[in-house]
Amino acid sequence: MATDLIASDETGIGEINKYDFVTPSHAVFKARRGLNSQIVAEISEMKGEPRWMRDFRLNSLKLFESRPLPRWGGDIALDFQDIYYYLKPTDHQGKTWDDVPAEIKETFDKLGIPEAEKKFLAGVKAQFESEVVYGSLKEDLAKKGVIFTDTDTAVREHGDLVREYLGTIIPPGDNKFAALNSAVWSGGSFIYVPKGVKIEFPLQAYFRINAERMGQFERTLIIVDEGAEVHYVEGCTAPMYSTESLHSAVVEVVVRRGARCRYTTIQNWANNIYNLVTKRAVAYGDSLMEWIDGNLGSRLTMKYPAVYMMEPGARGEILSIAFASKGQHQDAGAKVVHCAPHTKSRIISKSISKNGGRSSYRGLCKVQDGAIGSKSNVVCDALILDPASRSDTYPYIEVEEQDVHVEHEASVSRIGEEQLFYLQSRGLTEAEASSMIVSGFIEPLVKELPMEYAVEMNRLIELQMEGSVG
Amino acid sequence: MLETLKITNLHVAVEGKPILNGVNLTIRRGEVHALMGPNGSGKSTLAGVIMGHPSYDVSEGTIELNGDNILEWDASERARAGIFMAFQRPMAIPGVKMADFLRHATTNVRNPNRKEGEQLIPMREFRKELREKMAQLKMDEEFARRYVNDGFSGGEMKRAEILQLAMLLPKFAILDETDSGLDVDAVKLASQSIAEIGGAEMGILIITHHDRLLEHNVPDFTHVMLGGRIVETGGVELARELYTEGYEKVRERHPEDAAVEKEMSSTGKTLAAGVA
Ligand SMILES: Nc1ncnc2c1ncn2[C@@H]1O[C@H](COP(=O)(O)OP(=O)(O)OP(=O)(O)O)[C@@H](O)[C@H]1O
Ligand SMILES: [Mg+2]
Repeated sequence: MATDLIASDETGIGEINKYDFVTPSHAVFKARRGLNSQIVAEISEMKGEPRWMRDFRLNSLKLFESRPLPRWGGDIALDFQDIYYYLKPTDHQGKTWDDVPAEIKETFDKLGIPEAEKKFLAGVKAQFESEVVYGSLKEDLAKKGVIFTDTDTAVREHGDLVREYLGTIIPPGDNKFAALNSAVWSGGSFIYVPKGVKIEFPLQAYFRINAERMGQFERTLIIVDEGAEVHYVEGCTAPMYSTESLHSAVVEVVVRRGARCRYTTIQNWANNIYNLVTKRAVAYGDSLMEWIDGNLGSRLTMKYPAVYMMEPGARGEILSIAFASKGQHQDAGAKVVHCAPHTKSRIISKSISKNGGRSSYRGLCKVQDGAIGSKSNVVCDALILDPASRSDTYPYIEVEEQDVHVEHEASVSRIGEEQLFYLQSRGLTEAEASSMIVSGFIEPLVKELPMEYAVEMNRLIELQMEGSVG
Repeated sequence: MLETLKITNLHVAVEGKPILNGVNLTIRRGEVHALMGPNGSGKSTLAGVIMGHPSYDVSEGTIELNGDNILEWDASERARAGIFMAFQRPMAIPGVKMADFLRHATTNVRNPNRKEGEQLIPMREFRKELREKMAQLKMDEEFARRYVNDGFSGGEMKRAEILQLAMLLPKFAILDETDSGLDVDAVKLASQSIAEIGGAEMGILIITHHDRLLEHNVPDFTHVMLGGRIVETGGVELARELYTEGYEKVRERHPEDAAVEKEMSSTGKTLAAGVA
């Protein structure tokens, strides 16, 4: 493998070496479609990565090639050779505002998103200008020893830490898309919170400097050391527009003893996107891991945030909202694995299907042998807005221990004519009425969101219900 | 000209089953009408049809608001035109706070031409008004933060309906058994409040089996429904006769409609008699 790389000098890497890739923003990388070891090696060279990372990528590529596509979930009609696996931020910037489809711009207007942010969200600009905010934040965090940067930078500047954890929670061979991400990843957040440090405000991806946020293959790693606390917020409710059809992120979280981590994601993809994400956390003694996951848009989303409870007293909570409209399939859910006694988990999932959309809840609750006194509570509710739409539930429960308490409740409801009539009789239009019923349905989850996200989420649901979006 | 809600020869069926068989009723603004009649005679159906419930089929007749036939209007349009119905069984909307719901409803009813997504009444202004009206109705402020009818007691639901009436101030209000479920004190308060809210401004149709709501809202007209028709109309004395003596005499005076009533309840899916 290594010889392959050296041999490939004639085919491009040598040329790249002519440029100064330590400040990669000046480097010129000619994006090519397709995937092979040469392209993967080029990506690594481009980024000026240490050898271990390049080997990690190349190994992962082999695993990707040997793994089959998942046979469950949704239909994945992708030609892996017809995709750009690495676009530099400058490539995104090459795109102009005029290239962005009118309906996306319209949605931005309706959401009242400021001009600068719009361009960022549409992928016209690689980075949202928030240095001013970030400056003081960064100082404050740095004083406490917190590291918050993009993962590329982390590989260069905190190599040992990254190397110790990256790929240990989600090994590259875990599934085909985790392998793909491991081979071609770019961007994502790296966070390290030292022992006992509690960060009071949510950390948002917005604030990252030099972030390649539009990355299709983000790689995020969060380590919350003993007794520390952090809330990380990713994504935003505005539709993310991209010309690429595949987005496949990997998120790994380590929550050490007595620590807390909350990870909030709201994603709203354009209709052409496959969004195939692997998210997993390991939670140690008396710690708490919470995933809050909102999924709108995309052609197919497959995402099942997981918590492995490794030591007694660990807790995992997963709240998930999915909204599937025309031409969309949300296959979302959660996984909780009780590996130790007296661990506790809770899953709440709410899905809405509208206009022929399809949503599925797919969840695993596993209690390993010996995990006595463990408790798990799963509630999944589906709301179907019209006869053309569909909802399915696939709960998997594997309990290897007797002395445990596992509950699972599922409900499917259709929006009631009587409810609609009641609201309409008070002057609400039919669209307003169903939108109100839907926001009520997800309210138990929305109230867990940071304020500005809750407001945006509700506004977005309203837009979806008015049929103005996708 | 005095505004009127006029129902002419209204025939209505549900799932092919005839329920209203030619109802005539005219209500002017400022009048109080009482509508009585045995269980299952069609009172709630009439109320629902006036409000625009989508599952009732009108096969004949008209409903006119100031001369406009409103049969083609949906419930939202009727509400914005000034029609209101307090539900016999209000619906729960889990997760939606009373205050948010009311702010939306009040905005739409007050600005009938408002488009979806346009501004709501300013929060401050709305809150102030809501607080005042709730105080009038002796409702706890906490109520506004609860989810619409979700887990409400029977009495709380009816009080919430009156609060909506107070906020929306319609031209015509139909109160479908708004007294049922209220305790003695609450029903007295409700009766007073409705009189205050309505004043001389509203045309009110009170559907009831009791006299308690009528205490402060003395009906100008009392109507008796039987077998899907209004078979008698009188003054307040008719109401008194009915709640003391029941409907047997009415049935005797209208044997044909009594026969229809019998027919309806035997083909009905739910046996209406005995349902309070
Ligand atoms: N949606 C429906 N489907 C089937 N039958 C219905 C429906 N709505 C009303 N009915 C029937 O129509 C008849 C009249 O019902 P309605 O509710 O109008 O009576 P009511 O006069 O209001 O009675 P009550 O005093 O008990 O409230 C009943 O036999 C009832 O079962
Ligand atoms: Mg009734």
